[in-house]
Amino acid sequence: MTALADMTDTGKLATYNFAYLDEQTKRMIRRAILKGIAIPGYQVPFASREMPMPYGWGTGGVQVTAAIIGPDDVLKVIDQGADDTTNAVSIRAFFAKTAGVETTTATAEASIIQTRHRIPEMPLTEGQVLVYQVPIPEPLRFLEPRETETRKMHALEEYGLMHVKLYEDIARNGHIATTYAYPVKVEGRYVMDPSPTPKFDNPKMHRSEALQLFGAGREKRIYAIPPHTEVVSLDFEDHPFEVQHFDQPCALCGGEQVYLDEVVLDDRGGRMFVCSDTDHCENRCAAGHRGELAGDDLFDGKDKGVETEAST
Amino acid sequence: MQAATSHSIAYQGEFSDPVRGAQSVFRAVMDATARPGSIHQLADLCTPPAPLTASAAAIIATLADAETPVWLDSALARSEAVRDWIVFHTGAPVTVHQDEASFALVAAPQSLAALNGFSLGTQEYPDRSTTLILQVSDLTKGAALVLEGPGVNGTASIAPSPMPLHFAAQWRDNRAGFPRGVDLILAGPGCVAALPRTTRLAQREA
Amino acid sequence: MYVAVKGGEAAIANAHKLLAARRRGDRQVPALTLEQIAGQLALAVDRVMGEGSLYDPELAALAVKQARGDLIEAVFLLRAYRTTLPRFGHSEPVDTGKMVVERRISAVYKDLPGGQLLGPTFDYTHRLLDPDLAGDQPCEPPAAETDSGEPITRVSDILSSEGLIEDDPVSDPSAPVADITRNPTEYPMGRDGRLQTLARGDEGFLLALAYSTQRGYARSHPFVGEIRIGEVDVEVMMPELGFAVTIGRIKLTECQMVNQFKGSSKAPPQFTRGYGLVFGQAERKAMAMSLCDRALRATELGEDIVAPAQDEEFVLSHCDNVQATGFVEHLKLPHYVDFQAELDLVRRMRAEHAAREDADGFQTGDTREAAE
Repeated sequence: MTALADMTDTGKLATYNFAYLDEQTKRMIRRAILKGIAIPGYQVPFASREMPMPYGWGTGGVQVTAAIIGPDDVLKVIDQGADDTTNAVSIRAFFAKTAGVETTTATAEASIIQTRHRIPEMPLTEGQVLVYQVPIPEPLRFLEPRETETRKMHALEEYGLMHVKLYEDIARNGHIATTYAYPVKVEGRYVMDPSPTPKFDNPKMHRSEALQLFGAGREKRIYAIPPHTEVVSLDFEDHPFEVQHFDQPCALCGGEQVYLDEVVLDDRGGRMFVCSDTDHCENRCAAGHRGELAGDDLFDGKDKGVETEAST
Repeated sequence: MQAATSHSIAYQGEFSDPVRGAQSVFRAVMDATARPGSIHQLADLCTPPAPLTASAAAIIATLADAETPVWLDSALARSEAVRDWIVFHTGAPVTVHQDEASFALVAAPQSLAALNGFSLGTQEYPDRSTTLILQVSDLTKGAALVLEGPGVNGTASIAPSPMPLHFAAQWRDNRAGFPRGVDLILAGPGCVAALPRTTRLAQREA
Repeated sequence: MYVAVKGGEAAIANAHKLLAARRRGDRQVPALTLEQIAGQLALAVDRVMGEGSLYDPELAALAVKQARGDLIEAVFLLRAYRTTLPRFGHSEPVDTGKMVVERRISAVYKDLPGGQLLGPTFDYTHRLLDPDLAGDQPCEPPAAETDSGEPITRVSDILSSEGLIEDDPVSDPSAPVADITRNPTEYPMGRDGRLQTLARGDEGFLLALAYSTQRGYARSHPFVGEIRIGEVDVEVMMPELGFAVTIGRIKLTECQMVNQFKGSSKAPPQFTRGYGLVFGQAERKAMAMSLCDRALRATELGEDIVAPAQDEEFVLSHCDNVQATGFVEHLKLPHYVDFQAELDLVRRMRAEHAAREDADGFQTGDTREAAE
């Protein structure tokens, strides 16, 4: 009965360690990160902790970020490419509170970027760390649900099943039907799940300047891709890997060769396509680029974004 | 209690700010591992009993705890003060078996017999391997190693000294067993570099 | 546009204010105290302690209150707190043979040393809603039983003294005990890790699996050897002192299931065991756990694995309700980037399909639209 007295009398629960995790947990995660970097694409088991947000909501990414972040870091958190999605806001607030670090929405200013489902459009640079939130780290899981089996397949480098699956897609649909979480081979050895990013982002992983760390909290796995590392999307000679292509540019910034979100404007089929990477879009607009639906008044001041347009 | 001096040495010399010290040293080790050949300054150091160096002590204090047995080379194992310091500040058990060590601390790399006596992990769990922390006196003035592999843009160069005998051949063997193998952390004076198992030594000299 | 709204922080803060207001409910009604929850909703509190794997009735009551009575949410709150606590050490094994029992029943003997003690049970109540409970009617004090001092021998000990039941599965006493909160899962799991996982597993999930074994999916002919509920001392070894010191007392429910006998040409037949042990009064959970434990011993006992309850990876990797609820509920997070990728592919494939049909000269009209 003393714990509650501690909480209420001394406010003990309000005083967490820097970045929430205790030092022993951080050490355990740090060791796993180093092994992950040394064995690119291999999923290192780690003793994931319960976090104050639910499993499946970024606990792996949060634990990785908490283990690496220091007082001088500048943190950016995105979900679906956007800094202002509710879960990104929540995770950013968590670190602002528990680590007191500076946060930013500007990709170029961040030293650590935690992401769910996207890689920023702007090429990342040396010294930046991209931390991915991963729901199911095992690329073979949907082919073989048993951990005991998939572990053997990785050990023996036995990835035929994955190719069979992709080829069955082609036979049935004329296309590889995997559009996100598209499997990659890292440095010619491990087949790896890039997390549920659209395959549009896969080429950005290849020989990136940034260190890429992946955290899967519920599944208790950490893996990594060091900078300048070969990351090749699986494909076939007669069906080479290709990324999504959008027929029109971003309606706000006019950007091309970027990933777009479809925003439904009305119930009569009206829709617009806008950048999923909100920072990229804002930067382009600030530099004077305009898409066809961007009104001149749209980006006055700091209050700019999709919502204004979508709700008109 | 009778070895009062040894004990007082053992109880001192930790990071002045353990949370911040461990974070900054870890980031240096992480960046060094992610970019083989790059040298990173250690902003926070420990002051351990000799022959354990300030850098190696900071790294072991950052990474080791009760869950990670530590092996010491004979130069370090001879010093009771070093053993006490490690046990007191990290809680890590000291082991005499190379193949059950999570970390190996090596004060005299030139006397290290072989890399393959350490745990190399298994094909299914290659992460269950020993990480060697080599105390080197220099990272730029020894025999040059030209590095290739993940983390290296083209080639990189580093010249640590001293290094284990026949290092190039030993490292080639280590690389050949991938994904099994050991990883090296090179603890220089106030700085750190790393050679993860993926790093290849290029044939030509720098 | 629930995701892309600017000012997400304000929206979150407002939602949380609304949550706090709804939790408080009608302000004309007094707020619940933790004593009321711990005292009058004790079984909810016990379940939260068990699945939260933290024995602290007051904190569990707070979690129930904070979670508005959502017990899985309360379990999650308690777990997230538990994980921040420093680990000082581990206790000695508790001795349930020395339990101060409040309830003890056996289904395999009519009477036995220590007797059958019903205790505070719903069993044999008629499930008729009781209007008296709507108010605060005085309730009759229970008859106080004088302790006969008779030792309450565990039924499994009675059976094993005759060699009728297998010995407790052998484990190396010098080996460190698994800790599923400190080590990543690895299959096959030892029985220690498995029992830990089951003990904090979801009651509903384990109940359904246990039920499935009774209906023929890995039948094990179970008998309740014994259920006992009561308090045991928790002791911690003090290396400085050289002996164990009692640091407190916890309430436990233990279920020993006596199952299908087994024998061979070499060994005489013996009954087998299934074991359940849970914090607090949690009889349904302890019984379900013991049936699942027995089913999961299939490999060890040389039985064919034919049913879900026997499948270690399946049972153990899905029984944790904190993990399960997190991942199921994460589907409500925005997924529009991936959905866009799927939309794009489906539209493209539909266009190709239409082009093929046109080329083939078929006029499919509206039926093509309905084909998805």
